[in-house]
Amino acid sequence: MSKVAVRLVLNGDDRAVFVDPGQNLLDVLRRELGDLTPKYGCGQGTCGACTVTVDGEVRLACLTLAEAVDGCRVDTAAGLADGAELHVLQEAFMEHFAAQCGYCTTGMLMSAATLLRDKPSPSRDEVVEAISGNICRCTGYEPIIDAILAAARGSTTGSGRR
Amino acid sequence: MIEFRKELFADERDDTLKEVGQPTRRQDILGHVTGRSPFFDDHLFDGLTHLKCVRSPHHRARIRHVDTSAAERMPGVHRVLTERDVPVNRNTLLSLIDFGKDDEPALASGQVNYIGEPVVAVIADTDRQARDACAVVRIDYEVLPHVLDVEAALMPEAPVVNETYPDNSFDYHDRYDHQKLRFGDVEAAFAQADHVVEARYQMSPIEHAPTEPNGAIAVPETNDRIACYTSTQALFFSLGTTAKLLDISSARLHFIGGTVGGGFGGKVDTVVEPLAVLGCLLTGRPVRYVYDRAEEMQVSSPRGGERWYLKDGVMNDGRIVAREFRGYFDGGAYTRLTSYAIIKGTAHLPGPYTIPNVSANVYGVYTNRTPASAMRGFGITGVDFAIECHMDRVAEAIDMDPIELRLINAYRDGDMKPHRREAKNCALIECMQVAAEKSGWVLGESFKNLSSRVNGGGERARIPNTRTDQDGTLGARRRGERGPHTPPAEVLNGVSPTVPGRAVAGSGYASTASASAPTSVPPSAVPTTPATPVPVVAASSSAAPSSAAPSSPAPQAPASAHGEGSTATPAASPPGEEQPAQPPSPRRSAQRFSSIFGTRRR
Repeated sequence: MSKVAVRLVLNGDDRAVFVDPGQNLLDVLRRELGDLTPKYGCGQGTCGACTVTVDGEVRLACLTLAEAVDGCRVDTAAGLADGAELHVLQEAFMEHFAAQCGYCTTGMLMSAATLLRDKPSPSRDEVVEAISGNICRCTGYEPIIDAILAAARGSTTGSGRR
Repeated sequence: MIEFRKELFADERDDTLKEVGQPTRRQDILGHVTGRSPFFDDHLFDGLTHLKCVRSPHHRARIRHVDTSAAERMPGVHRVLTERDVPVNRNTLLSLIDFGKDDEPALASGQVNYIGEPVVAVIADTDRQARDACAVVRIDYEVLPHVLDVEAALMPEAPVVNETYPDNSFDYHDRYDHQKLRFGDVEAAFAQADHVVEARYQMSPIEHAPTEPNGAIAVPETNDRIACYTSTQALFFSLGTTAKLLDISSARLHFIGGTVGGGFGGKVDTVVEPLAVLGCLLTGRPVRYVYDRAEEMQVSSPRGGERWYLKDGVMNDGRIVAREFRGYFDGGAYTRLTSYAIIKGTAHLPGPYTIPNVSANVYGVYTNRTPASAMRGFGITGVDFAIECHMDRVAEAIDMDPIELRLINAYRDGDMKPHRREAKNCALIECMQVAAEKSGWVLGESFKNLSSRVNGGGERARIPNTRTDQDGTLGARRRGERGPHTPPAEVLNGVSPTVPGRAVAGSGYASTASASAPTSVPPSAVPTTPATPVPVVAASSSAAPSSAAPSSPAPQAPASAHGEGSTATPAASPPGEEQPAQPPSPRRSAQRFSSIFGTRRR
């Protein structure tokens, strides 16, 4: 089985990688490109722990063929912060206790960041809808929703970037 | 939104807490929001290999032959493991604290006892290659009869699930096939109760479904050690169990955990680490063994199913005078932590209520299901569901408000629990009062004034004369010395008001309490007193409160219902017949076990 060359822009950096045909993006991000922020939870597109964006659209990395992102822009939670300066959502999650075990957090942040990009002042229902594909088994949804709404209001005390 | 009711028990509390009630940040939150928290799978290694298992498709089958030759020739395969590769292929988790017998292999040996039991493990360069190689392992099974129901498993003709426990039940104190609780005399109390309410409750197994599946990566370290990155919730259990199964010094193992992607008890068992470390030892390569989601659902241990039969004797004024339990924990094919769940659950009976006569037989049963284990209050949650459903049924049976029924019977400070510990720091009454207030549930005036600190103790602190029995002595079923484990006839609608003094027809309970002569009672963990014919329930069996309980009130005056002398307690016994000091337990395991897992006393 010959490898396939894939070029992508990962969190702003040009990257190139050889992948196996049929290999999923989650595997390639984690094992080949060393970005461990997307997590494996189910491998079947139900839990949202591997949520990333491809050309700005929310995607589940476990269901995305790595070959299919050739020439695309891929963003993960690793790109949310700017060096030591956290994203406003990360600040808000910290302030609102919006993580317990932390395993769903990166996927949750990617769904939320995409929402706020498209809709800077979402309603509570829109927040719920935006993270409806992200399962938090610690069931800490309320603080997560509060954090996203607080980030949207810009009411976190930190200096997180938008 | 947390609301503190600091006016309650204010005098018992040094209310200068700096952290409780204050918003705070998790210490690990920065790692979580940046995706840098080091979950076990967030470690990359050159030459990483992947381990997958060939699993039993049968509930129960004999393994006639295993042929791994084709798998060994598959591309990328480094090693195929079978039971012969596991140095000590038999373990039980709690053997590390000397509780229970080794009953579970790491890889099935000769027989499989549940669907998904691992038989062969394949280690290959990629996950895909390991799966492909698993697909060509040939296992010749002779399918055997299986049993999936706890009560069916206790029938004499049931197939033996787990050869270590041929009665299909866990052995307690090396003596009994169940955990016993005896306090007072439930039979006598049922005979005099105004109503007897019986019901059966069934809880299904529940999978924790953590977002991060169970997994481990074992990596060769320098100095001949193996590092193991693991999702475990019980790092030293995992280390000790791995050392035992692989027969190596624990000093050679370096376990790294502490960042768990959701556990809820589902990562307490040590299942993945031993095979990962074994693979690492045999191949010299890093080995990653992670459940996929299907395995997590099918194979990782759930909260076990539980079946409970409850029987309450209650007076018309709401006093519960007797409660009898028969409980069956479905442990699945191997013990894991079911034995502990039952000890914990039995110590919890009869729930947070002061009941003068309590009896319980609780069985840890082996069935051909996925082995069950820890999950969030296991041993407690299931029976609490049964108890609280039953409280509602009892309230219906006597036409009483269900909250008021609970208020009447709730533990108060100084009351005696059936496991011979005094109830302290009780707060159930206050908790229910606040819950009723918040939910707009209207309580009678007298119920609003009840207090956990008033009218407890006294007669409610008495340890009654207690009948003991030898029901369930080990091996009796196999020797045919005891009849089949007949479940009671289905109790329709759960409520069976009976004529006082008459047992519920077909209940199967009446035969269980064959009292032994005092001299024949061997020491056991259950403190005993000589069986005497002292009536346990002083109240009359007639519907009206009896003269033996002069202050016995109408239901509207529950506070006095628990005044001293008014409850259903034994007639005064001579001073010499007071409860003797707790006999020293001759059995090491139970004592040591409880000293480790024992409830911290306030």
